[in-house]
Amino acid sequence: MAKHKTPLLDQLETGPWPSFVTDIKREAESRAKNEKGVEYQIPQDVCEDILGLLELSFKHGRTHWKHGGIVGVFGYGGGVIGRYCDQPEMFKGVAHFHTLRVNQPAGKFYKTEFLKQLCDLWDMRGSGITNMHGSTGDIILLGTTTPQLEEIFYELTHKYNQDLGGSGSNLRTPSDCIGQARCEYACYDTQALCHDLTNSYQDELHRPAFPYKFKFKLDGCPNCCVASIARADMSFIGTWRDDIGIDQEAVKAYVGGEIQPNAGAHAGRDWGPFDIKKEVINLCPTECMKYKDGKLFINNKECTRCMHCINVMPRALRIGNDRGLSILVGAKAPILDGAQMGSLLVPFIKAEEPYDEIKEVIEKIWDWWMEEGKNRERLGELIKRQGFQKLLEATEIKPMPQHVQEPRSNPYIFWKEEEVEGGFKRDVNEFRKHHQR
Amino acid sequence: MAFISSGYDPKQPMKDRITDIGPRHFEEFYPPVIKKNKGKWLYHEILEPGVLVHVSETGDKVFTVRAGGARLMSVSHIREICDIADKHCGGHVRFTTRNNIEFMVDSKDKVEPLKKDLLSRKQSGGCYKFPVGGTGAGITNIVHTQGWLHCHTPATDASGPVKAAMDVLFEDFTSMRLPAHLRVSLACCLNMCGAVHCSDIAILGYHRKPPMLDHEYLDKMCEIPLAIAACPTAAIKPAKVDLPDGRKVNSVAVNNSRCMFCGNCYTMCPAMPLQDDVGDGIVLMVGGKVSNRISAPKFSKVVVAFIPNEPPRWPKTTEAIKQIVEAYAKDARKYERLGEWAERIGWERFFDKCELEFTHHLIDDFRDPAYFTWRQTTNFKF
Repeated sequence: MAKHKTPLLDQLETGPWPSFVTDIKREAESRAKNEKGVEYQIPQDVCEDILGLLELSFKHGRTHWKHGGIVGVFGYGGGVIGRYCDQPEMFKGVAHFHTLRVNQPAGKFYKTEFLKQLCDLWDMRGSGITNMHGSTGDIILLGTTTPQLEEIFYELTHKYNQDLGGSGSNLRTPSDCIGQARCEYACYDTQALCHDLTNSYQDELHRPAFPYKFKFKLDGCPNCCVASIARADMSFIGTWRDDIGIDQEAVKAYVGGEIQPNAGAHAGRDWGPFDIKKEVINLCPTECMKYKDGKLFINNKECTRCMHCINVMPRALRIGNDRGLSILVGAKAPILDGAQMGSLLVPFIKAEEPYDEIKEVIEKIWDWWMEEGKNRERLGELIKRQGFQKLLEATEIKPMPQHVQEPRSNPYIFWKEEEVEGGFKRDVNEFRKHHQR
Repeated sequence: MAFISSGYDPKQPMKDRITDIGPRHFEEFYPPVIKKNKGKWLYHEILEPGVLVHVSETGDKVFTVRAGGARLMSVSHIREICDIADKHCGGHVRFTTRNNIEFMVDSKDKVEPLKKDLLSRKQSGGCYKFPVGGTGAGITNIVHTQGWLHCHTPATDASGPVKAAMDVLFEDFTSMRLPAHLRVSLACCLNMCGAVHCSDIAILGYHRKPPMLDHEYLDKMCEIPLAIAACPTAAIKPAKVDLPDGRKVNSVAVNNSRCMFCGNCYTMCPAMPLQDDVGDGIVLMVGGKVSNRISAPKFSKVVVAFIPNEPPRWPKTTEAIKQIVEAYAKDARKYERLGEWAERIGWERFFDKCELEFTHHLIDDFRDPAYFTWRQTTNFKF
């Protein structure tokens, strides 16, 4: 018999998609039975209470979580998010229900042994409810009490060789796409760079010293599977500088219908036979391709590496060999000044250990943002407020046409005094000798 | 419930303390076939919805079976994932950025038993535990935020509307009939922890009422200057307020007509709550993308300014989404993303085809970006 009636939530237990309600109920049941004899360190009925509280929100159309709560582990300012419910008497099990962000391994690959350890830890010291994973990428452990925080941290670090992630005004846990681990499009090892940056900047990750959050996201190619271009203060997007590799035999196989285009992604519908002119040549945004006498030609100098042709014919076309990444900066969601897409800062940089060149750019940006950024001002907003030219000055990067979609259409140029011959100081009396008042 | 110590000694918090070690190294967790072939992959194919093969230059192949997950997962559910991975995948598993679970095997004959095992597992109410799909020109898992389950600023729930939407979109999770892939995302407030601002279809929780002012507590709970500075439209100013009991307190006043309900003041000041059962609801945005393929990355655009929260299944929201998906599926060209389709046919035509009403709320009036969204040409469609 369930502790709280949940008629609204119960309606989410049907349909094909996995039901989180059924899943939490199952966990509630498992905790009630406690067949393994776990010595639960937070209320055993926590899952029943989370369902009860959520049911109340479904009924009221409002959240029942209180604002804020400063909790954490000693020496860190990030990684734990305090959470208290606003009906603690009714739902004692979730009166204190803090979240821990656990830094996920790059690429989100796991051995089950490690996942099971996390499960055991979270069974005993937490609610048994998680997010796999949060939007930033961390493993999210949902719901524990303050006295458990240090215990969990101690076990994570001592037993599992594993650290917390970031929260608050600091570097958020960097995240990456699957990269070279299982993708032929990856122009650099996203996992290696992600892991290196995460470890190099542990202090920035755990001890908030920034004006606001700061996100690194790493995409192996311009397909942008982790959406770095839309949501990272610094996006690292793989690219190449030389020619796309062509296997003409495979091109023929696509044209001949022996290989399905786009890796078979359109198999659910009859789109007719593959037409290379219609599906590749004419869709190329730079018109840099032609198909003649059964052969495909690419004018690589004009290619902007949008990936379409490679996505359509992955067996015939291949990313170039002179590989590296582009750095874009300033992407963010709308809060506060409207959404911003990342702006191109470094068109090409090699991604080779120890990544000193990349770190130099990062640190110059941080120096500028920490000096000039206002409280709760994202990097993108600072760039907008002070101008892209200030960013170039701060990073000591030379302006180039790649930095703009188009040059300015207004001529209100802020010339600096030192840029104008003779400076700004003039003698008005000398001027008046030749110009009457 | 006796307190059990892990070994941590609160009297000596620095004793044996280990900090700043970062995450586990990714290589520890690679399946052998991945470790061996990393960086050597030649091409991939989608063999059927939810099943991928990647072929290496060494001749090795890795077969991936992708299963949807509710993101919110209990440890029992994760243990079940582990059991499956132990049984079929040598104890390896991974998660995707869209919260799918990927089971990898190194030969084709291991795919069918794995798939069969995944699809045979059902929850007590009949829902799949591990539906297979989410690849190619279809709809994959909806990324989402915490909603009413765990967040203090949401304007809607997250897991609830996502479950309802995925039930409605399920056929497009398990098939690949669309012109291109279609990404659906949900963020339960404007903070957009889910970064839905560049998704093909975005479900966004939204407040529509200015903050309430808890005058009696405001000065005690908040730094008033921070609350004032937090407002992007300068709608908040300091105020002295007379309480019914005659006391005069420091508080703030809000110019309601300037409020765009972002909730930033509440983030800085808990005595300014704005959630409301009638005021809160959902905005639908469409046409965003993050890939650079063919056209530049795009922001999502608001196409439905408000739908009330309708727990538990949010029928009006899911119905509008279904309408958009069907119109897109019917009308767009192969490879064309939803936003590219809307731009090609024109937004006026988009509203016709999706049978959505255009209202004054859809005309941008927020700062500079607004100007660039008004039409400055006579080239429009009737």
